[in-house]
Amino acid sequence: MLAVSDLKIHYRTLAGSVKALDGVSFSVADGEIMGLAGESGCGKSTLGKALIRLEERMQYVGGEVTLDGTTLPIADDWAMNPYRFRKVSIVPQYAMSALNPTRRIGRMIDELLAARGLKGSTLRPELERRLAVLGLTPDVLGMYPIELSGGMKQRVVMVLSTLLDPSLLIADEVTSALDVASQKKVAGALVEFRDRGYVKSMIVVTHDLAILAQIADSIMIMYAGKLAEKAPTRTIVEAPAHPYTRLLLGSLPEVGIRFEDKRLPGIKGRPPSLLSPPVGCRFRDRCPLAFSKCVEEPPFIEIAAGHQVACWKADAHAQG
Amino acid sequence: MLRYLARKLFVYILTFIVAVTIDWAIPRFMPGNPVDALVSRIALMPDANAALTSYFMAAFNLDQPLWQQYLNFWSALFHGDLGRSIMLFPTPVTTLIGRAVPYTLGLLLPSILLSWYVGNVVGALAARRKLLDNSVLPLGYLLTATPYMWLGILLAWVLGSTLGWFPLAFGYDQSLKVEWSWQFFGSLLYHWVLPFASLFMVALGGWAIGMRNMIIYELESDYANYLMALGAPQRLVRKYAFRNAMLPQITGLALQLGAVVGGALVTEIVFSYPGLGWLVLSGIQNQDYFVIQGVFLFIIVGVLLANLIVDIVYVIVDPRTRVGLQGDAA
Repeated sequence: MLAVSDLKIHYRTLAGSVKALDGVSFSVADGEIMGLAGESGCGKSTLGKALIRLEERMQYVGGEVTLDGTTLPIADDWAMNPYRFRKVSIVPQYAMSALNPTRRIGRMIDELLAARGLKGSTLRPELERRLAVLGLTPDVLGMYPIELSGGMKQRVVMVLSTLLDPSLLIADEVTSALDVASQKKVAGALVEFRDRGYVKSMIVVTHDLAILAQIADSIMIMYAGKLAEKAPTRTIVEAPAHPYTRLLLGSLPEVGIRFEDKRLPGIKGRPPSLLSPPVGCRFRDRCPLAFSKCVEEPPFIEIAAGHQVACWKADAHAQG
Repeated sequence: MLRYLARKLFVYILTFIVAVTIDWAIPRFMPGNPVDALVSRIALMPDANAALTSYFMAAFNLDQPLWQQYLNFWSALFHGDLGRSIMLFPTPVTTLIGRAVPYTLGLLLPSILLSWYVGNVVGALAARRKLLDNSVLPLGYLLTATPYMWLGILLAWVLGSTLGWFPLAFGYDQSLKVEWSWQFFGSLLYHWVLPFASLFMVALGGWAIGMRNMIIYELESDYANYLMALGAPQRLVRKYAFRNAMLPQITGLALQLGAVVGGALVTEIVFSYPGLGWLVLSGIQNQDYFVIQGVFLFIIVGVLLANLIVDIVYVIVDPRTRVGLQGDAA
């Protein structure tokens, strides 16, 4: 099980530090697929990356990450290495270009495993079995990445990332670059991997709420570097408590409705700059329900079992 | 694969024909006439001069119309006959070239290959290592911007003239006999150092900078990020980056060959080194059509062959070109 408490990650820029992740606390239970959604720049990808490898310009400011009772040294690139791939793994946003173009796939995997002190030949049968689960023949191991289609490359990366049965898998925008049919396959594969026990728990980072509604057990919504709401998928879809979640859901087209003369509402305004974020609730300026108390920062509190919200009016909504 | 090579070969043959034509035309655009120069050197009486001129004109086939000379040139070419030198009459041009080629190749091959290899390694090491990068980068820019002959003159002045460590000119000690002896070989090597060093250093800077930039680009690529996210050690990531960064460097090698050959010619002149550059300079000074043609022809063939080899090597090292040739599976 993953527990994150008060995690703060900033980006160093010439203009100052951008507070992309500003005190985030949540947990993911074993066997849970948690969807992580929000608009561009809300910090969802930063959160995903922070759990496995900080980029050079990402700066760890504070907070703690615990996985299965062990504290992950996420600020220390070198000390974090033993946990990568074995305990925490990632299917990156750029899965199409994640494989070295000048190595045969099987050889690249063997070399990676050897570099991690494992033997490619002993893991080969399991590798081939898992490829077969996703409908790939062992032939792909003898091919160069350019010989595979985009969807095939994505599936190879999914198999490779989960080969050592990590406790936590971060799937970063894995469906974003795919057509609808492939999206469905990849989403199904994520659930399949969890059900087969290849990964214990999963964080699926995406801006596509429709995919999350199909595969996620719970959904966490982020806004401007902070958590807005986390709840079981059903609750988020049917009874969202945070005004941002409601507007986000309201921006989606509904099945069966023609949008010829009716415009999708969308959310007016833009998210605040994270260089110097405003005090209080960060959604205040765009929120239709904002009132005087919103200049104070709302705490991220549990309003029902497994349902946490950061909004002063959340209680009233949940009840009314 | 075969179709690819056939297409490449066609382009090379076309290039060859055009280059040979230009090679034939250029000496003939020079003002003056080689036979006049030859005759005036013999300096006979005026009426004898006229007879001698017409004799030599006929002997070198220079009295024929230009188109006929052009056709003669091609047909002789296919017989491996590059004509006889005018300045060193009657030595065949092929003999002169054969004498000069070992010196030029002895300079070119080691300087091209070593500078390429060392430059790539130094550049790869410098990438993402602050201290090394801060010294390699400015030094590399300085070296690559240096003209070949200028560096040659500088080396000759400092190491040859001022410090007296190395000889200033010639391919070997002129008091020695040309023979297979350790003494002669040592002298060859001793005279070789400075011209080699000037060629090597200029080329080194360019390769090091190119490699450094390519490695940084590769280390930021998606596959490198993915490997690092899966905990791959630096060693593996750098190994992949190095191999992939080599690909543009191989293309660069092909493009640079011509420039390096030109640089070698100038360097030989600076050091009075008895290679092709030296030969072509005396050919030009004496309006020796056949020597000029012959040397340039040799260089044309050499550069084209080297490019062809690089093309073939590229197909071997980059699977993407191979797949592209056979049709994509995706």
